[in-house]
Amino acid sequence: MIAYIIRRILYAIPILIGVNLLTFALFFFVNSPNDMARLHLGVKRVTPQAIAEWKAEHGYDQPLFYNAAAAGAGKLTHTLFFQRSVKLFVFDFGRSDDGRDIGSDIRQRMWPSLAIQVPTLVLGLAVCISMALMTVFFRGTYLDATGVVLAVVMMSISQLFYVIGGQYLFSKVLRLVPISGYDTGLSAIKFVILPIAVGIVSGIGLGVRLNRTFFLEESGKDYVRTARAKGLSEIRVLFRHVLKNAMIPILTGVVVVIPTLFTGSLILESFFGIPGLGSYLIDAIRAQDFGIVHVMVFLGSVLYIVGLILTDISYTLVDPRVRLG
Amino acid sequence: MPFRFVILWSDALTYLLLAVSVFYGVYASRHEHLRAPWRRVRRNPLAMAALVVLAAYGITGLMDSVHFRLRLPGPAAPGGHAIYSPQVLSLLDVLCTPLRTHDEQTYSAPFALHAFTPKLVRLSDGRRVMEYPRLRYGGAGLTAAGGRAHDISVRCLRAAAEGVLVWLAAVVALARWRVKGAGESLRAALWRLARGETDVPWRAMLASLGVIILIVAAIANLAGEYHIFGTDQVGQDVLFEAIKSIRTDLLIGTLSTLVMLPFALALGVMAGYSGGRTDDVIQYLYTTLGSIPSVLLIIAGILSLNLYMTDHAAAFDTIAQRQDVRLLSLCVGLGVTGWIGLCRLLRGETMKLRQMDYIQAAIALGVRPRRIMTRHILPNVMHIVLIYAVISFSGLVLAEAVLSYIGVGVDPSMNSWGNMINGARLEMARDPVVWWSLAAAFLFMFTLVLAANLFADAVRDAFDPRMRT
Repeated sequence: MIAYIIRRILYAIPILIGVNLLTFALFFFVNSPNDMARLHLGVKRVTPQAIAEWKAEHGYDQPLFYNAAAAGAGKLTHTLFFQRSVKLFVFDFGRSDDGRDIGSDIRQRMWPSLAIQVPTLVLGLAVCISMALMTVFFRGTYLDATGVVLAVVMMSISQLFYVIGGQYLFSKVLRLVPISGYDTGLSAIKFVILPIAVGIVSGIGLGVRLNRTFFLEESGKDYVRTARAKGLSEIRVLFRHVLKNAMIPILTGVVVVIPTLFTGSLILESFFGIPGLGSYLIDAIRAQDFGIVHVMVFLGSVLYIVGLILTDISYTLVDPRVRLG
Repeated sequence: MPFRFVILWSDALTYLLLAVSVFYGVYASRHEHLRAPWRRVRRNPLAMAALVVLAAYGITGLMDSVHFRLRLPGPAAPGGHAIYSPQVLSLLDVLCTPLRTHDEQTYSAPFALHAFTPKLVRLSDGRRVMEYPRLRYGGAGLTAAGGRAHDISVRCLRAAAEGVLVWLAAVVALARWRVKGAGESLRAALWRLARGETDVPWRAMLASLGVIILIVAAIANLAGEYHIFGTDQVGQDVLFEAIKSIRTDLLIGTLSTLVMLPFALALGVMAGYSGGRTDDVIQYLYTTLGSIPSVLLIIAGILSLNLYMTDHAAAFDTIAQRQDVRLLSLCVGLGVTGWIGLCRLLRGETMKLRQMDYIQAAIALGVRPRRIMTRHILPNVMHIVLIYAVISFSGLVLAEAVLSYIGVGVDPSMNSWGNMINGARLEMARDPVVWWSLAAAFLFMFTLVLAANLFADAVRDAFDPRMRT
């Protein structure tokens, strides 16, 4: 098991190098550092000297991949690629294009993101599972059919409309919660309650349908028929047998997304003005800050890979038949 | 010639997509193993009603994909060359000319006669008053303001009458066409249609067709005189914007799949069939791409493209061209992220097929690998491609709205539902609220996505019985 995890982590290294190469290619082949300097300096102040200064100040003054001027190993290390990406591997994120320390920004902005994402995930899962169980319990009745149609209708509505509708109804008309903003400590509750509710409701359509398939798949199996033949009540069959076994695919599906919770939700955070990582990224996009976007891409990939490894481990935990080798 | 055709890149790809669909249709109609699942789809009333809605959207989008530049009046340039307008128009633009040209000053509510925001007006006696100026086009034909309700109801009635007439004509035409081969009376055929006793659920299709015809008739009767969904900040008709957005969102939903399809097919089948080193390389490729969260990948791509376009502004001289490049790169971005899932599925399916007897026999007979892949494996994984393309459509349309909202979607000057939402979002703070842009975007988008979801479910159920819910 430990050997397997170590091997998986080692596998992750070439993938992360690949991710870095890719973002690098995207950013610096299409736009040379000169272009970026010109963009950040604005039209008026563009002189060759100003560009050189900007590049030196922000660490863009080295060649991309191969530095012919340096000696020995410096040919490879004194390059933009090496300087920019190797530091990422030890989680030294450097500074953004406008001079802020990205690492401390991220550590600070992680918490508001989590304050929204974790309750959304947990409560959303509970809501989706119970609703899906209900449709399965009333299988073949009008209630089931209505539930399924409602799920399709709900998943056809863009999340943007849930946000706009929720904000309009609860903040503007009913004035129950503030429209947007954030506060530290317990007073944050009144700010996060609406984003969480919106996050849950917008996920219901897809979640109910997905969990319903898991339940239906499970309830078609032989052991369920045996349980019914034994004379167990339908509720007992569903809760004691079907729910328990269907939790395996449901939970392993959830484990993948747990690490990505850190990066936050782009839509919710920007609409509700929450200073998390999602709005951090959006601000970076608006300001065309490559430093931040680069770090966020790297962080996102790391978290995704962590999620995959956790999924594999959780398989062995919930299902002893699965062996990692 | 009074006009000259312009073929944008996205138009060319649209035509290619059309050709591929027609080719697939012909191919599927000749092979029983493809005809059987499609028959199942055809028997599903909900799916067929959804298909009619999708077809209406598709026709609108296609009409918007025929672009041309009108010839300018006046003498030809020296050398006998005609001068064409720099403005690229589409067939839909010409059909919707009143909608397109009836621009107001700024916001106005649906069916309004006066502008939404008051304006300072100097009266003839020198006093200044705040007044809601009369709209230039909204209800311009009305003589008295009180006649608006009357005028609207008259127009609605006329629209209903026209719509019902056209619909009845369609019903009779369908019944006659069905009578032709069956040798039954027209009355019996109509009766059977009305009772829903047909193999193909014509009744459901006719019902949704009827709704569409009524809506089109209402638009045709009302839109010339009023702004049905009001106007936006720059005074453009919101209904026209919403209609123009259809093409954008259809393109994103379909072209994203189309542009990535060759890569996903080639690499997925190759990885699954060859195994070994090839498999490792391809797996590494898609794991690397896949480990970047899709939104971030698109953001990175569009951001660097943006920067490139600002630096090389000269290469993109017309707005249409610029929009087109942005649209296509968004399709590529969305396609690359979708590519991974499809590639993984194809690889798995190919690995399974490779163990089948008929492939083993082909290998034993000395058939070359390339031929095995194209002749024996490819046709047997196509159902996965189909399911994938149909299912991903609605997700792509929804993604467009979110990405445009974040600022990495289609060009801000291009009509799309995402841009409409983005523009209207800030106006929610106004009192009274400017809700009509949002309402229009919501209605158009919801209908399309719902129809696509219903149709996709039917296709998936028919082609992949294991995944049936």
